[in-house]
Amino acid sequence: MSATEHGAPTAGAEGGPLLRCRGIVKRFGGLVAVNGVDLDIPAGEVVALVGDNGAGKSTLVQLISGVFRYDEGSIEVDGEPKVFNTPADARRAGIETIYQDLALCDNLSAADNIFLGREIATRRFGIFPGIDTKTMREKAHAILDDLHIRIPDLNAPVRQLSGGQRQAVAISRAVYWQARLMIMDEPTAALGVPEQRKVLALIRMLKTRRVPVVLISHNMQDVFEVADRIFVMRRGSNVGDFRVSETTPSEVVNLMISG
Amino acid sequence: MQTNPIYKAAGAKAPAATAAAVPPPSAGAHALTLLGRVWAWLFLVVLVAFFSVTTPHFFDLFNFQAMGANASVMLVLALGQTFVIITGGIDLSVGYVMGLATIIISLVMQSLIGYPFPLVILAGLLSGLSVGLLAGLLNGAIIAKLRVPPFIATLGTLGIAQGIAYVLSGGPPVSIPLPGLGNLGNGYLFYWHAEQGFSLFSMPAGITGKEIRNVHGFIPFQVIYAGLLTLVCAWLLASTRFGRHVYAIGGSAKAALRAGIPVQRNLFKVYVLSSVMASLAGFMYVMRYTGGVANSGDAMMLSSIAAIVIGGASLLGGEGRILGTLVGAMIIAVIQNGLVLLGIDPFWQYAAVGVVIILAVLADQAKFRISR
Repeated sequence: MSATEHGAPTAGAEGGPLLRCRGIVKRFGGLVAVNGVDLDIPAGEVVALVGDNGAGKSTLVQLISGVFRYDEGSIEVDGEPKVFNTPADARRAGIETIYQDLALCDNLSAADNIFLGREIATRRFGIFPGIDTKTMREKAHAILDDLHIRIPDLNAPVRQLSGGQRQAVAISRAVYWQARLMIMDEPTAALGVPEQRKVLALIRMLKTRRVPVVLISHNMQDVFEVADRIFVMRRGSNVGDFRVSETTPSEVVNLMISG
Repeated sequence: MQTNPIYKAAGAKAPAATAAAVPPPSAGAHALTLLGRVWAWLFLVVLVAFFSVTTPHFFDLFNFQAMGANASVMLVLALGQTFVIITGGIDLSVGYVMGLATIIISLVMQSLIGYPFPLVILAGLLSGLSVGLLAGLLNGAIIAKLRVPPFIATLGTLGIAQGIAYVLSGGPPVSIPLPGLGNLGNGYLFYWHAEQGFSLFSMPAGITGKEIRNVHGFIPFQVIYAGLLTLVCAWLLASTRFGRHVYAIGGSAKAALRAGIPVQRNLFKVYVLSSVMASLAGFMYVMRYTGGVANSGDAMMLSSIAAIVIGGASLLGGEGRILGTLVGAMIIAVIQNGLVLLGIDPFWQYAAVGVVIILAVLADQAKFRISR
């Protein structure tokens, strides 16, 4: 009874990219936040999305995770065109997102947060529809154990947890649901060094399972350590797309700033 | 438990660094947290003890039953409002939605007198529920769809309901000359008389005049109605997906939305629930007083919010329980009853409830400071 029973994530069909974005445009009023971006994410690849503040990288991932709707362009998952009107649509397509603010409900427990919006249903006395808190707690315990995360009280609201523990809850939520594509928005920004190592180790493990990861980070050291590819954005457009082995941090930073 | 290799390996590479960050709370802090949780119950016990010692007629089964019957309508208002407050909203309209429901129910039942009794009762109940449904849909549409802050939206609905209730009734109470109606609101589950023994639902036959004083009723119908509704609401809030989403929305509407929870639809449901409970409170009022009054719920709106806050809910959302609302309502009922029995000017009860609300919020803040 663990997350594995959902089956391993599949690679892209016929070797095509798992995620294919074409000509994505997003406007906020007169501002063009994302301007005709093409992005392919093959299975098993870690793609770092970098750019200065306001370059449009957060907007781009929020379009992929269904928070916003794009005005033009198309998104395909596994060769299938998808329209995400809500984050729930994106989650159904196997796209899990770890948001910069973690998107946890501080008043709920770790288990409740992991199963938020996807609670395990049961029937009390065979009649009354309810939620199976016991099973959810056991499964939460199992996934946290697998990640070697110790949370003193699974029933305590997550506001009582440390920053690293909260991050761990957000990560557990995404991995529990067997993401086919994982999006991480600044996953290490608020963490201490040991916890940062842990997040990077997790990204590598996702990669060995051929789950692609889109990573937004300001930390060039992290980017060069785990990413296969670097996708540079500036003023809403893509200004560079490199294999990590073919570029240097200074080249990337120059592109981010001067494009 | 089967382990998942990927996560196992991820964990193994980076041993648990996160666990050490928060030291376990000390025994003292733990005790204080517990006190923060149960203070309302302790306070209730202290109040009961105080009034039991200071007035001779307080600690008495029949006084307790009267208190319960009197507090039931307000409790039912508070039950629905608890959901609203946990989402971080507020429903100011419940008092006059209840008032409007009492007027509509009374007018409908008045016009049907002569038809079979169950039919008249059912028609009254359905007309009341439709008032609640309409008011809830209005609140839900303004708040969830048009994004008007709940305080303003429900203030608007309050005014609309108040206006219609006064226009329809002209101001004075609308009474229903329907025999048997009063028994539904004032009767007891069973009665006992020294000579006649027990009888269910109504007084033993053949007892008249002074002898009625020697009949004792047990378990008021009003308490049964409120008890059933309390159970339903407690189950909805604590054990269903809807209840969990209500807490999530109050904790962080943004996080709830990102987790795929339909926030708008849930807000809609919450305001409909609140208004429907208000209309059921109106129906209970009609049965108790055999008629309707436009402003019957006016004073109860604030006491019901007070009950919820005393019960530990936060007006910022995310916190609150049905059991808390129940104990809050009981505290208010005991204060009101106890002050009357002490012979204190009944208007002082407003001040007393006000003091308790402030105490409740202080206790709540202390609880939060400790638990952080």
